[in-house]
Amino acid sequence: MYPRPIEKASAFTNISYRVALPISIVLWLLPLIAVMATSVRSLDDINQGNYWGWPSEWMLIENYTQVFTSTPMFQYLLNSLIITLPAVAGCVALSTMAGFALAKYNFKANIWIFATFIAGNFVPFQILMIPVRDLTIQFGLYDTHWALILFHIAFQTGFCTLFMRNFIVGLPTELIESARVEGVSEFKIFWHIVLPLVKPATAALAVLVFTFIWNDFFWALVLVQSDEVRPVTAGLSALQGQWLASWQLISAGAVVAALPPVILFFTMQRHFIAGLTLGATKG
Amino acid sequence: MASSSSNKSQKNAVNTASELVSGKRLRASDVAPWMFLGPALIIFSIYVLFPVLDSIWLSFFEWDGLGEKTFIGFGNYVELFDSDQFWTALTNNILWMVLFMLAPPMGLAIALFLNQQVYGIRLVKALFFFPFVISQVVVGLVFSWFYDPSFGVLNSVISFLGGDPISILADEDLVTYGIIAAGLWPQIAYCMILYLTGLNNLNHEQLEAARLDNAKGFKMLWYIVLPQLRPATFIAIVVTVIGALRSFDLVATMTAGGPWGSSTVLAYMMYEESIFNYRMGYGAAVAVVLFLIMDIYIAYFLWRMIRSEK
Repeated sequence: MYPRPIEKASAFTNISYRVALPISIVLWLLPLIAVMATSVRSLDDINQGNYWGWPSEWMLIENYTQVFTSTPMFQYLLNSLIITLPAVAGCVALSTMAGFALAKYNFKANIWIFATFIAGNFVPFQILMIPVRDLTIQFGLYDTHWALILFHIAFQTGFCTLFMRNFIVGLPTELIESARVEGVSEFKIFWHIVLPLVKPATAALAVLVFTFIWNDFFWALVLVQSDEVRPVTAGLSALQGQWLASWQLISAGAVVAALPPVILFFTMQRHFIAGLTLGATKG
Repeated sequence: MASSSSNKSQKNAVNTASELVSGKRLRASDVAPWMFLGPALIIFSIYVLFPVLDSIWLSFFEWDGLGEKTFIGFGNYVELFDSDQFWTALTNNILWMVLFMLAPPMGLAIALFLNQQVYGIRLVKALFFFPFVISQVVVGLVFSWFYDPSFGVLNSVISFLGGDPISILADEDLVTYGIIAAGLWPQIAYCMILYLTGLNNLNHEQLEAARLDNAKGFKMLWYIVLPQLRPATFIAIVVTVIGALRSFDLVATMTAGGPWGSSTVLAYMMYEESIFNYRMGYGAAVAVVLFLIMDIYIAYFLWRMIRSEK
């Protein structure tokens, strides 16, 4: 245990540590707390400069209702789901197969293909922008959900393959070998032996990739433009331009947009961190 | 890692040998990997590999995105290196990278602070990690609000301390620092979680032995703990460099590169030139420069990885 467990320190240190914790959280999250506090104020409060005092009236329900009734926020959230869910499923499926191939077969190009997936995962989005936009227009997919779904599947497959390959490498080879000796086909080996073993890893991966895709902003700007397909990140940014003065509504919108990945994180925390810290202990 | 992966490659070598013994099996496992790789390789080539090459090609043309392309050789690059906007963007990118390097040590500091087992510490850790989970668009909004000259938290504090309010995002000299601070917030959270995981996996015997030898404080951290955290530090630096070079979302939501282009970065400049000014070839040239900078890190990362696999 490092640093030394605090229980072994003096009572005074113990008490100050426990007092310092909540204070540090408030300081760390201060910008966010300010936004959440604003989202329950009335416009009058904001105009009168009451940003930090007790709200003169609680507008929690009103503000959040207004976000959904007077803006396309509901549509944006729906679009984000329509884009994110199939994209996550696609990435996980493609990368589990690719990861299996790279982890359990020995062939010449193996390490180079693996390196290509990793390198592709690091390239700046901008070097892809113009060609991907052109391709999307040529495919007739510009300004549709599919424009984003297909791109996200392709791009995230780089990271996901890295992830799945490193997980599958650790699985016992003996099982696969003995199935081969029995004459089981390669596909059946994948389906009946590998797939059940990688289930926990796919859960971690899905949670992580869901957040990455949900939070994407750049491609939402480049590949779609109408309210009917725009995901919540681009939608929120558009609303910011329209309601320059209505900070209470923008704040409420920001809280709503942030909620789905936050809920996912709190319910699947273990998986999420396992995915993110891959390599941090043995990299 | 080194020892475990060399074990694996030994195992793999054994597999290959056993495959060689029976010719028929060799065939099935010759074709199979390509069947499994196929879909991923195809879509990845279409959307990632081909576009990289196409962008490099495009950067030698003048093109408005619709009409004819005119080949102009290195014309775009010559114009780029003559443009003030480019040097502003590049300087800002370097500033991002340098200041972002604060994220790993600050993440480590918070991780050391939180690595205790007291009641409710799991929730505390989760809350500290919070900024990384939310979208950068929301982070940008949150910080625009935080910096706002008339009602932001920051200026409330400054005026409480008796200072004059400053408008960080409208000040040419301060704006980039303001955005970088916003970017550091989630980045520190990410580094913190990497180090927390690293701290969980420390070798207890080494720690105890060092304590018996009376190692304490900074010396203990520097000579005993940090060497064991090297994998976490490596990953933290890699993701931080990439995060710094990817700095698009915050610039776009907080300032759109302003005031007067003073907070722009290469990623944003590229977007602006191509989408707003319809200069696709020129935009592609900006992207290529960004790509080349990133390549240094990609090459280093791959070199390290391939070395450890072998």
